[in-house]
Amino acid sequence: MELPKHPDTSSVELNVNGRNIELSIAPWTTLLDALGEHLQLNGTKKGCDHGQCGACTVLVDGKHINSCLTLAAMQTNKEITTIEGLAQGEDLHPVQEAFIEHDAFQCGYCTPGQICSTVGLLNMKKGKSPEEIRDLMSGNICRCGAYANIYKVVEEMVQKETVGTTSKKNRV
Amino acid sequence: MIADTNYIGKSTRRVDGRKKVTGQAPYIAEFNPADLVHGYIVNSTIARGRITAIHKDKALNVPGVREVFTHENVPPEVKINSDYTDPLAPPGSPFRPLYDDNILYNGQPVALVVADTFETAAYAAGLVKIEYEAEEGYEVDIRRNLEQATHEDVPEPPEPRGNAAEAYDSSEVKIETEYYQPREYHNPMETFASVASWNEEEGSFNIYDKIQGVSSSQGYIAGIFNLEKEKVRVISPFIGGAFGSGLRPQYQLFFAAMASKALKLPVKVVMTRTQMFTFGHRPACLQRVKLSADKKGKLTSIRHEAFSETSRFEKFNETVVDWSGLMYQCENVELDYQLVPVDVYTPLDMRAPGGSTGMYALECAMDELAVEAGVDPLELRIINYAEKDQNEDKPYSSKELKACYQRAAEKFGWQNRNAKSRSIKKGNELVGYGMASGVWEAMQQKSSAKAILTSEGKLTVSSGTADIGTGTYTIMSQIAAEMLGISLEHVEFKLGDSTLPDAPIEGGSWTASSVGSAVKLVCSALQEKIFELATQTHPDIFENKLFEDVVFDNGQISGNSGTAVSFSEIITAAGRKSLEVQVNSEPEDNRENYSCYTHSCVMVEVNIDEDTGMISIPKVVSAIAGGKILNPKTAESQIIGGVTWGIGMALEEEGMMDSRNGRIMNANLAEYHVAVHADVKEIDVIFVEEQDDIVNPLGAKGLGEIGIVGVAAAIANAVYNATGKRVRDLPITLDKVLE
Repeated sequence: MELPKHPDTSSVELNVNGRNIELSIAPWTTLLDALGEHLQLNGTKKGCDHGQCGACTVLVDGKHINSCLTLAAMQTNKEITTIEGLAQGEDLHPVQEAFIEHDAFQCGYCTPGQICSTVGLLNMKKGKSPEEIRDLMSGNICRCGAYANIYKVVEEMVQKETVGTTSKKNRV
Repeated sequence: MIADTNYIGKSTRRVDGRKKVTGQAPYIAEFNPADLVHGYIVNSTIARGRITAIHKDKALNVPGVREVFTHENVPPEVKINSDYTDPLAPPGSPFRPLYDDNILYNGQPVALVVADTFETAAYAAGLVKIEYEAEEGYEVDIRRNLEQATHEDVPEPPEPRGNAAEAYDSSEVKIETEYYQPREYHNPMETFASVASWNEEEGSFNIYDKIQGVSSSQGYIAGIFNLEKEKVRVISPFIGGAFGSGLRPQYQLFFAAMASKALKLPVKVVMTRTQMFTFGHRPACLQRVKLSADKKGKLTSIRHEAFSETSRFEKFNETVVDWSGLMYQCENVELDYQLVPVDVYTPLDMRAPGGSTGMYALECAMDELAVEAGVDPLELRIINYAEKDQNEDKPYSSKELKACYQRAAEKFGWQNRNAKSRSIKKGNELVGYGMASGVWEAMQQKSSAKAILTSEGKLTVSSGTADIGTGTYTIMSQIAAEMLGISLEHVEFKLGDSTLPDAPIEGGSWTASSVGSAVKLVCSALQEKIFELATQTHPDIFENKLFEDVVFDNGQISGNSGTAVSFSEIITAAGRKSLEVQVNSEPEDNRENYSCYTHSCVMVEVNIDEDTGMISIPKVVSAIAGGKILNPKTAESQIIGGVTWGIGMALEEEGMMDSRNGRIMNANLAEYHVAVHADVKEIDVIFVEEQDDIVNPLGAKGLGEIGIVGVAAAIANAVYNATGKRVRDLPITLDKVLE
């Protein structure tokens, strides 16, 4: 069987962090590689490229997904938010602020994914029990082992959400 | 020793925290020089033999592919030079990528495809076909090859003392056990990556590399390409975890540098997650322990022998059995450590190398002895407490292990433990309590640092060290702010660049101690320089003062009259833009007379579902004697990280080898299990007070490894307490509990 040669690139338009961007990429380019290799939005990390570690988690229409498990071409006409899009200028998103305060990271590589998953969990109004928090966060591996502190962040943010103290302008 | 003042000893947020939570901290694969091309590595599929043919036409035909490198077309100058060593290379011959047609292990890198985009390189790599002549007789399991065990090139453990065999035979209480732990893989979240740019005109490299010490990569590349070290600049500002895997340069560095030099283009090579299982790992280890005691539990003999995995080309060794001669007071001790070479890549230091392994066996054995003697496991440790290091016959520089035992027991509620197995139940779950001691070396290496204070009052301190998530940026900034007497926000610490002053490779828990001492020293030297200048620029205030009489605080220097002058004013008045000092710091001679160690006590509760054997760990208490704690916030993170590793080591981590082809079967994060959120619940960290004026000028001992030591043993002991079942091979999976 004659294998096809490297096919041509095609045009894909994405909305990332509120901006419309046109890209010329191979159709099999994952959303993760489109962000990192082609848009230089390097906050979204590649940890396994197989949906096993969660480092590449981004928010698509407010829901957290593994950006390595979807093609960029499948995410047109959607609002993609990466870690770069969470802060409002100098003001950090409350989840980002809480990650620093609780020292919920060490090397920082899994952190953008952990933060996006936390925001996604809050958007789903989940995390009502310790078990639920730990289960829903288990798709994001932290090899430094900061789980105990990440848990404190999520627990605190869920409580704040419940009593409505999180500023709406920071919600994604 | 430093008293708590403005910054040292205070919980401080990471100075690089904002960068890390906003995605602005640049990791290696994120550097994209102009004209960058991408490399993708192809790995061997046999364990031993040779390459007979390489078919690369299809890959070369793909538009955008620049070259396919194999041992057949690697530039000749790379092969002429034989120096592939790095500072931490064990005895033997380091692996040389693309050197010849020989295959030494399954997963060996054998080709590199370079293309204009990552997608093209990855695609074309799948089109490279390699034919092999496979050799039979390869082995990957040390348990089937113990007759090959050797002492060759193995540092000898401490000399035997007393007569352990005789004491064992004549003792009333004794145990003899065997423990096995499989190979484990570091798996930092960031995979290994290098971005290399060869400058043809200058004959120099500029390289971004994931490494725990830039000097290591610099020396390695200079050796291979026969260059002066100054011609190789290595930069590594942020490391996405390493845990020892970055102590030696990994093969992607060679590929990126070689391809960049051959193609005269910048080349990026990033390992896949599966490739993260094709180099160093924590070696598999089989350990045999014999302990004996009198009826009250006083140890009469300790014998500990270990058989550890290594490759066929290097004799990797770690300190596995020495701890058994150190931890407990005992007059009859015999230790032995041997290596078993198999067809794998050379193992590599992994968080608390040797210590987590050796102490796992010793501390499980102590628990078994406690049961045999009918003594509480905690009491057994106290009965046999070592007041001095019998291996070296030296006093400890400090040892607050007894305080660790006491504080951990109080916090954990050890008195609620029932020695009888299966005696406590919560619903359908058996409850077990277990404990273990931990120990790790408190080392210090030579280190250098430079400080620059500008006329704007900004301090920049630098040293070629690394921050692998440990908090180096933060604690060095704290030390500098404290020592110079300046606000933390005016301090910047720089690391991860081979043009900076020399620092040891970040490992062995010695960075706080080594680089921290250099930072302290350089700031003292800078103070002297400021004072000297002040006597000239402000003679009215300082002319008749001695250095000892002035105070440095908040960016100002003041005499006892209370008149303060800012550092900026002095530098400006002297007509200068900045002051600069560089120092070299060395361990003090007095250290030689003492044994310097960190200690810990870890206590664990396990809950085990009686029907399914499912194990959960609701609570861990880890009490640490680690000298001066520089930043309780980041220090606690180090320990909870270590404990989390211990949970993975005890219950999950196992590189599963297929003996039929010498290949790892679970080379991905779905099947190589590490601890995740659901596995980790309450972890309480206690730092006990420990004053140490000998270990180094800071009194800090380092915390990167101590957190993991003893955890797996405490869990195994708790599983026994819960179920009455001793599982002596890790990980303790539910099938082993149920069988």
